[in-house]
Amino acid sequence: MSPDIRPLVAVVSARYRTLLQYRAAAFAGFATQLFWGSIRLMILAAFFAATTEPQPMDLPQIVAYVWLGQALLGMLPWNVDADFREQVRDGTVAYDLLRPLDLYSYWFGRTLAFRVAAPTLRGIPMVLFSMVLLPLVGLGDWALIPPAHAVAFAGFVASLVLAAMLATAITLLAHISLLWTISGVGMDRVLTGLVTVFSGLTVPLPLFPDWLQPFLNWQPFRGLADVPYRIYSGNIPSAEIAGELVFVFVWTIALVLLGRLILLRGVRRMVVQGG
Amino acid sequence: MPQIEVRGLAKTFRVAERLPGLAGAFRGLFHRRMRDVHALGGVDFDIERGELVGYIGPNGAGKSTTIKILAGILNPTAGTCRVDGLTPWRDRRRHVAHIGVVFGQRTQLWWDLPVIESFDLLRDIYRIPAAAYRDNRDRLIALMDLEPLLDVPVRQLSLGQRMRSDLAAALLHGPSLLFLDEPTIGLDAVSKLAIRDFVRELNREAQVTVLLTTHDMDDIEALCERVMVIGNGRILVDTSVDGLRRRVRNERILVVDYDSAGEAATVDAPALVAEGEGVRSVERDASRVRIAFDPDRLPAATLIGQLLALGTPHDLFIEHPPIEQTVAELYAEHDMRER
Repeated sequence: MSPDIRPLVAVVSARYRTLLQYRAAAFAGFATQLFWGSIRLMILAAFFAATTEPQPMDLPQIVAYVWLGQALLGMLPWNVDADFREQVRDGTVAYDLLRPLDLYSYWFGRTLAFRVAAPTLRGIPMVLFSMVLLPLVGLGDWALIPPAHAVAFAGFVASLVLAAMLATAITLLAHISLLWTISGVGMDRVLTGLVTVFSGLTVPLPLFPDWLQPFLNWQPFRGLADVPYRIYSGNIPSAEIAGELVFVFVWTIALVLLGRLILLRGVRRMVVQGG
Repeated sequence: MPQIEVRGLAKTFRVAERLPGLAGAFRGLFHRRMRDVHALGGVDFDIERGELVGYIGPNGAGKSTTIKILAGILNPTAGTCRVDGLTPWRDRRRHVAHIGVVFGQRTQLWWDLPVIESFDLLRDIYRIPAAAYRDNRDRLIALMDLEPLLDVPVRQLSLGQRMRSDLAAALLHGPSLLFLDEPTIGLDAVSKLAIRDFVRELNREAQVTVLLTTHDMDDIEALCERVMVIGNGRILVDTSVDGLRRRVRNERILVVDYDSAGEAATVDAPALVAEGEGVRSVERDASRVRIAFDPDRLPAATLIGQLLALGTPHDLFIEHPPIEQTVAELYAEHDMRER
């Protein structure tokens, strides 16, 4: 790897600027996510109203979990970049080898931009809506609470950066797998299922049965949503934040190394088979 | 030492053969028949620094495969290749840093970005020092007349505009070697001329080595001193443009214009040469006569002398046969040998 990251910064920013052009898609996405967020809130609230057992999270923490999930949905690695899929299909990806860059880093940059662009467009309005607008119209109980405390906020920001890296590493694995499967439709389905359940997006992970918790606690998808959202709301105590960050970091490194290994074989295949 | 040294370069693709029909598709699920396609079957050539070489051949002959291997994005099955001392596919990153590649069929610019932003991105990707970048960019913009296009997203450019931008983009980092794969394909006459002028300039002034593939023989005639013809994965001919013409057959065409069709009608082969020696064909079109002849057997002066004895032409001039025809004959000749 080169110590000079100027090319990668440029690649990320160029792709990011391109993706920011899709404003209509962002608006539609915002509306959809608002709808689903409200439904999930109502279901979880009904669950809380019915239960008599003490729960691992309180309702404001759950509400924060749901709104953050809706705001940052686009960052989850639940799909592949259609642009990339097109390039694999028509063979143009091979031409990325014409650039004097490490291919994995180059693609990591492209993928990172793809993962981060959508939540910038949809996330900010979602946070404004859930944090500012809801209390103004008297729905304060359903509003996104501010971060629990300063440490929680700092931890949230750090875990969000790591979550973006982790999401990119996972998406990039899916992108690399396209070199074999080409179509990418199956990959989208598998990813969506895995990611929405195991990141905590569908149901917050602490609400899963106890016997599942050891498994849930060690799988990488947690780092995408469960970890940052619970750090934000203070559900993960300050003392445990550092450990959680290390957990996500280690998984990210492991998936990056795995991606590099598979890409090495993919490139061999690509340069043997041609564009 | 030559800048490019290619020895015994071979490339074989394995492709799965699909059996026809539904039953065939079903069988293909369990048993795949693989077939070897020999794209390149042992190619040798050298290219010296500063040369401008045309690389021609029918579709599927192996032109693009050669270019892709030389550019480092495809591995050969056998053979060696050194470009400035590097093996392209092994030292890929160092190698691609000082070559430029343009594919006529697909752009390497960023489809959604304005041209100038693509250029800036390339500056960062190739780590071009700021001053060198500014010089190169401004010179290329002026030469290719890109000023009005700079803020236009690439997807909105016409093919000719896109090709000019692509060429400029391939040269921002000041490569010493440029691969052009069908750079004039689909372009109108004006754009073609602009591209040719530019490539000629680049080769003469900046001493950039150029390897050019094309189906347009006018490109070859306008630009190249040397031509390599490839067919069925082998180099058939490696010679000058004149040598290429001579190789197939030595022919000139004398075009004679008369004042009237009646005068032109008096010219025919037996009237010109007693034994019909040297004259290959005589075609008449109203008051114009085209005489194809072999200059080794019948000197042009003799032929003109005979013509003047028959009447007084209004005008006359000598043409080379179109190189297309020469190449078509070469392909045909080779195919006959091959089968």
